[in-house]
Amino acid sequence: MSHMKLNLRAALLLGSLLIGASPALAEMVLHRGNSGEPQTLDQSQTSIDIEAFILKDLYEGLTVYDANGKIVPGAAESWTISDDGTVYTFKLRANANWSDGSPVTAEDFVFSLRRIQDPKTAAGYANILYPIKNAAKINKGEAKLEELGAKAIDAKTLEITLENPTPFFIELLSHQSALPVSKASFEKNGADFVKPGKLVGNGAFKLVEHVPNDHLTVVKNENYWDAANVKLDKVIFYPIDDQAANVRRFEAGELHLVYNFASDQIERLRAQYADQVHVTPSFATYYYPFDTRAEPFSDVRVRRALSMAVDRDFLSTEIFNESKLPMYSLVPPGIENYGKPELPDFAEMSQLDREDKAIELMKEAGYGEGGKPLNIEIRYNTNPNHERAATAVADMWKKTFGANVTLVNLDISSHYAYLQEGGKFNVARAGWVADYADAENFLNLNYSGNKTFNYGHYNNPEFDELLQKSYKERDPAARSKLLHQAEALVMRDQPIAPLVNDANFWLVSSKVKGWGDNGNNEHLSKYLSVEE
Amino acid sequence: MFHFILRRLASAVPTLFIVVTISFFLMRFAPGGPFNLERPLPPATMENLMRAYHLDQPLWSQYLQYLKNAVTGDFGPSYIYKDNTIAELIGKGLPYSIRLGSLALIFALVGGVLVGTLAALRQNSFLDFLVMSVATTGVTVPNFVVGPVLLLIFSLTFSLLPGGGWGDGSWPFLILPVITLGLPQLAVFARLTRGSMIEALHADHIRTVRAYGLPQRVVVITHAMRGALLPVVSYLAPCAAALLTGSAVVESIFTIPGVGRYFVLGAINRDYTLVMGTVVLVAVFVIVFNLVVDIIYGLLDPRVRHD
Repeated sequence: MSHMKLNLRAALLLGSLLIGASPALAEMVLHRGNSGEPQTLDQSQTSIDIEAFILKDLYEGLTVYDANGKIVPGAAESWTISDDGTVYTFKLRANANWSDGSPVTAEDFVFSLRRIQDPKTAAGYANILYPIKNAAKINKGEAKLEELGAKAIDAKTLEITLENPTPFFIELLSHQSALPVSKASFEKNGADFVKPGKLVGNGAFKLVEHVPNDHLTVVKNENYWDAANVKLDKVIFYPIDDQAANVRRFEAGELHLVYNFASDQIERLRAQYADQVHVTPSFATYYYPFDTRAEPFSDVRVRRALSMAVDRDFLSTEIFNESKLPMYSLVPPGIENYGKPELPDFAEMSQLDREDKAIELMKEAGYGEGGKPLNIEIRYNTNPNHERAATAVADMWKKTFGANVTLVNLDISSHYAYLQEGGKFNVARAGWVADYADAENFLNLNYSGNKTFNYGHYNNPEFDELLQKSYKERDPAARSKLLHQAEALVMRDQPIAPLVNDANFWLVSSKVKGWGDNGNNEHLSKYLSVEE
Repeated sequence: MFHFILRRLASAVPTLFIVVTISFFLMRFAPGGPFNLERPLPPATMENLMRAYHLDQPLWSQYLQYLKNAVTGDFGPSYIYKDNTIAELIGKGLPYSIRLGSLALIFALVGGVLVGTLAALRQNSFLDFLVMSVATTGVTVPNFVVGPVLLLIFSLTFSLLPGGGWGDGSWPFLILPVITLGLPQLAVFARLTRGSMIEALHADHIRTVRAYGLPQRVVVITHAMRGALLPVVSYLAPCAAALLTGSAVVESIFTIPGVGRYFVLGAINRDYTLVMGTVVLVAVFVIVFNLVVDIIYGLLDPRVRHD
C-alpha cells in the first residue's frame, strides 16, 4: 500500500519536473545504514568508526583514503619531509574551499591542531597527535598553545614539526581527529559549530539535517575542489543500532549499505545475496592477555601451553561462523609497510600435535593432572559472542589439562575499567582495533611503559628496547625489521594469546558502484554511486 | 478540587527530590564511568575530560551542583552524545515517543475495554474463551517477538508496509509499532475489564435497574460500565507513563527516534546525566498520571471526592 503511495508521489514529482521542463535528472541518493547514532560530529570528541564515516564525508584532512583504503593526497596536494624526518611541509590545494566558499588555509589547520591539544577541549584522542612537537606538554597544561609544532608559512603552506621522527605520521594524519575545523565558523558559532545549518566543512558533502536516532542527511558540496567527480547528490545515514533491523531494511530495499550484522546471519545472507555480502579481515586483533605478574601465568611454559591448546579453527568456524579468522600473530596481516607478521613456532603444527606439546609443557611446569591444580578464571565483557568463545576455550583447557576453569563477565565499562586500573586477573578478553595502519600500534600493547593497555603487565627489556629503537629508525626497511624482531619476542613469550582476526561485515547492494573492500575499513561516499 | 491538585503537586516536589537523590548516588555505585571505553583513554586525556565535566570534584559537590542546575531546568550535557544537552536529546525524542505511545494507549484502552466487555457479557461462551486466550497470548508473548514477526509478514513477505523508521509519521510507518507496543496492554485492559464487568453485572444496583426493565445497552453502558472501569482507570496511570515515555525494545525494532532507547543506552554507557534525565522524566510522568487518574476516579466514583 505504502509503495503504491510512494510511486504515486514519485510520479507526481516526475510530472511536475516535466511540466517545469527541468533538465535535471533524478537525484542520486545513497541510503547508508550506519549501525549506531554518532555520539558527536566534533573532530576533537569523535572516537568511533560510525562517526568517522560521516565526518570523512563532511571534512577532508591533509591526506585521505582512496576507495581501496590507500592513503592519497587530500586537502594537501603534496608534501615534503625534511632529511631528519621531523619537519613535514604540506602544500594545500589552491582550490580547496570550505562549504561556505571561503578558502581552506594553513591557518585553519594550525587552529584545529591546537584545539585538539588544548586541555580545555578535553579531546579523547588528543594523544594520537602527540608526535607533534610540544603536543603532549600542551595537552597536560605544561606548555602554551602557541608552542605547538604547527605553523602557517603562508595561506596555503603548512609546516608541522615533530618531537621525534615518526615513520607513521602520515597514517596518523588520516585519522578523523586530524580533520580540520573552519576557524571562522568555530569562532562565530562556538560549540554549536557541529549543528546542521552551522557546520562548515571542506569535504565532498555538507550537512543539511540531523534527527538523532532517525537519520542524518548530507548533500553534495558544490564548493568541494573535486565536486565534478562526486556522483551522489545526497547521502542519508541511518543510525540503526539493531543489527536485525538493519538487515530487514536492507532486504526490504530501503538501505543500500549496511555496516555490521550478526555473524549468525552470514550463511543465510550469503545464500540469498551472494556477493552483496562483504566480509573483510580488518586491522583488529581479538586476544586473551595473561596476567604475567602472578603464578602460574608468570611461567612462559604455562602461557605457551594454554595458547597452544586453543583450537583457533574451531573458534573461527564454530563460534564465529567464519566471520572472524584464526589468528596466531599479534599484528594483523595486510599492513602494507610491515608485510607478513611473525608467527609462534606452533603455528605450523597441527592442532593434535599442539595439544601433545602443550600437555608436555604443562607437565614440565608442574601444573595440571599429576601436578599442582590449575585454576583459571576467564574474564570477559558481557556479550553473547564473547561468552560462547570463553565457554569453548574453557572447555579446551579442561579437556587438555584437566584445568578448573571459571567464567566471569562484567559489562563493557566495568570490564575495561578493571583491567585498565591494574586489577588482578588470570586470563581476560581484549580486543584492539588499529588507530592507524602500522604494526607499532599493536606491538605497543606489550610495552612495559604502556600503563593503560598492557593489561597483563608483560615486562621484557629486550622488547622495550627494540620498540624504542624503531621510533628513531628512519629507514622503513630497517624499522620494519626491528618491529618484526619485537613481535617475534611476543610470539615466543605469549604474554597474550592472539585468537582471531576481526572482520568488518558490510551488505553492499548490487546497485552500489565504486565500492572497494579494505582492511582500513575506509569507505568515503565520494567514490560511490547508485544505479537504480 | 483545585486545592487537591495544588496539594498533590506540592507533595510531588519531595518525591522528585528523593528519586533524584537515590538515583544520583546509585548510578555512581556502578563501576566504571562514562569515559571507560573498550579502548581506555590515556591518563592525561582522562584528566582533561574529568575536569571538563566536573567529575574530578567530590561527589557531594557534584550532587549539589546537579540539584542547583536541575531546579533551573538545566540537566547538563550528555557525556556520550556530546553535541547535545540532555534537554535537547529528550526534547527531540519525546514528541515521537508521545505520539507513538498515545496511539498505542488509545488502541489498548479502546480495544481492551471493548473486548473485555464482550467477553464478560458472553461469560464462559466460545467467544469468551477465544478472546481470553488471545489476551493471555498477548500478555505472554513479548514484544521483541511480536514486532519482528509482524515485520516479517507485512514488510518482508508481502511488502505492504515499510520495514521501519519514522518516515513522515504517516500511518503505514506507525501501524505496526502501535500494535506491537499496545498489544500487551490491550490484553491487560481486556482481562481487567472482563473481571470487573462480571462483578459489576452481579451488583445489587444492576439487578435493580434490570428490574426496572431498562434495555441491556443502557444497563451495560450507563450503569455497569461506570463501576467496572474503576480498576481499568487505576491501571491507566502506570500504563500511560510507561507507554508515553517510550519503549527501548519497540523503538529499536522499528528504528523510531524516541526517548525509550535512552534508558538503556544511558545506563550501559554510564552517561550519568542522561540516566538522571530519563529518571526525572519517568518520575514526572508517573506523578502527573497518578494525579490525572485520581481526578478521573472522583468523576467516576461518587464515594471518592477530593475537597
